[in-house]
Amino acid sequence: MEKTIAGKNITVNEEGYLTDFTQWNKSVGEEIAKENSIELTQRHWDIIDYIQNEVKKDSPLSIRKIGKSGVVDIKEFYALFPNAPLKTATKIAGVPKPASCI
Amino acid sequence: MSNDLHALKLDFMKKVIILGAGTSGTMMANHLLGKLKKDEWSIDIIDERKEHHYQPGYLFLPFDIYTPENIIKPITAFLPASASFINEGIEKIIGEQNQVLLKNGNTINYDILIIATGAKIAPEEIEGMKGAQWHKSVFDFYTYEGALQLRNKLREWEGGKLVVHITEMPIKCPVAPLEFAFLADSFFKEKNMRNKVDITYVTPLSGAFTKPKATDALEHLLVEKNIHIISDFAIERIDNESKVMKDYGGKEIPFDILVTVPTNKGDALMERSGLGDELNFVPTHKGTLQSNRFQNIFVIGDATNIPASKAGSVAHFEAEILTENILHFIKGEALSEEFDGHANCFIETGGNKALLIDFNYKQEPVEGTFPFAGIGPLSLLKESRINHWGKLAFRWIYWNMLLKGIPIPFVGAKMQQAGKKINNN
Repeated sequence: MEKTIAGKNITVNEEGYLTDFTQWNKSVGEEIAKENSIELTQRHWDIIDYIQNEVKKDSPLSIRKIGKSGVVDIKEFYALFPNAPLKTATKIAGVPKPASCI
Repeated sequence: MSNDLHALKLDFMKKVIILGAGTSGTMMANHLLGKLKKDEWSIDIIDERKEHHYQPGYLFLPFDIYTPENIIKPITAFLPASASFINEGIEKIIGEQNQVLLKNGNTINYDILIIATGAKIAPEEIEGMKGAQWHKSVFDFYTYEGALQLRNKLREWEGGKLVVHITEMPIKCPVAPLEFAFLADSFFKEKNMRNKVDITYVTPLSGAFTKPKATDALEHLLVEKNIHIISDFAIERIDNESKVMKDYGGKEIPFDILVTVPTNKGDALMERSGLGDELNFVPTHKGTLQSNRFQNIFVIGDATNIPASKAGSVAHFEAEILTENILHFIKGEALSEEFDGHANCFIETGGNKALLIDFNYKQEPVEGTFPFAGIGPLSLLKESRINHWGKLAFRWIYWNMLLKGIPIPFVGAKMQQAGKKINNN
């Protein structure tokens, strides 16, 4: 479905994840963050960069892996993206919801 | 044949080594033995254990439905006589040299290696899980010891808060903890003490299961059975003194009995050999089942990192595909058989009923009939008694057909779409 985010027409799935990463830019990320009551700081951006790079490498994401990444520990990851941090952070980063759960 | 000639012949013999004599390893030995030329190939299967455990049986042990004798048999009873069983620990795989180093210091060379070392629980990954309350009020049922301790506890427990919990994904048999919650509901009803037990199901997922349609059906059952669900719970630690489970987000869940599925990891052998990912699962091609690192190393069952369920039925389907691909590999042909992620799982729902789900990488579980379209007799994603009898019958099939590599009638390695109510919108 189509949704207007930061003045742009963006294609998202029923859960609100972008289906085309080329439509993503920083303002899109900021607006999705606001919908989730998060004001993005440099620490958030560090994690978003990391997530986008991992997805580019086709490397599967998990909370454990982010905790071991050296970018952030799990405690801080939860503080920055409360409740379901990996789901929220990937949504803001414009990448698919992690399929780590089979 | 003279001894010299015999030695010469052995030099020409090629060797398949199978690591692990569990469900996958045993099936591969049986499959390959019938297909490889006996005067060209020998098969060694290595495992430090002597007993083969029917792991799905662990679910029934705590409720006194199965006895230990139902689920434990000698490994060698299921291996072909002409495969040699090496009852020894494995120290290291040296892929560059096509060698396996054993704990006793011996090395064995291989032409083809099959890794079938499975997955194990790692309760030490979570602070306090393996603490003072371990196997006293904090239990697992993914080991024989854990299931047995839990049985003893449930026999005399007088009620309170029962929490059923998944630590993190992936886990073996992702539906097992749900089945445990359903069976617990039935167990306490039969003991006339359901009103004294508060059952809560706690998961790191956003819902009861990983696939949308099955999640809807299973959540409906949870509500019907008065089992509370707490989702998106990412455990940080267990406080053994206050018997409280805490998560990174600040949620706290008190318990009298905690039945947890700890983090599942591949064998530590993979870490020693530099072959595993961060959970010691082996990076594997999800279609061909060849390892990503070495062309002559193949991986099957729970040991792989492929995005399929870690379950015996999956291993069974993989074994058929992998056998064909190994034959292709030997002939120098392309590995043309592609595993589609097929899984087929009974879900016990209590009260002598069960659901059945049949799915693969692309097709989520939906309603329908199985294995015959429109006829059944088993129904997909719906509770029925006949599904329950199917699950119980499966133990016989496991010991007598599946491990020996005898095909199960009408159930193919690749998922069939007929009989499924698939909505393509």
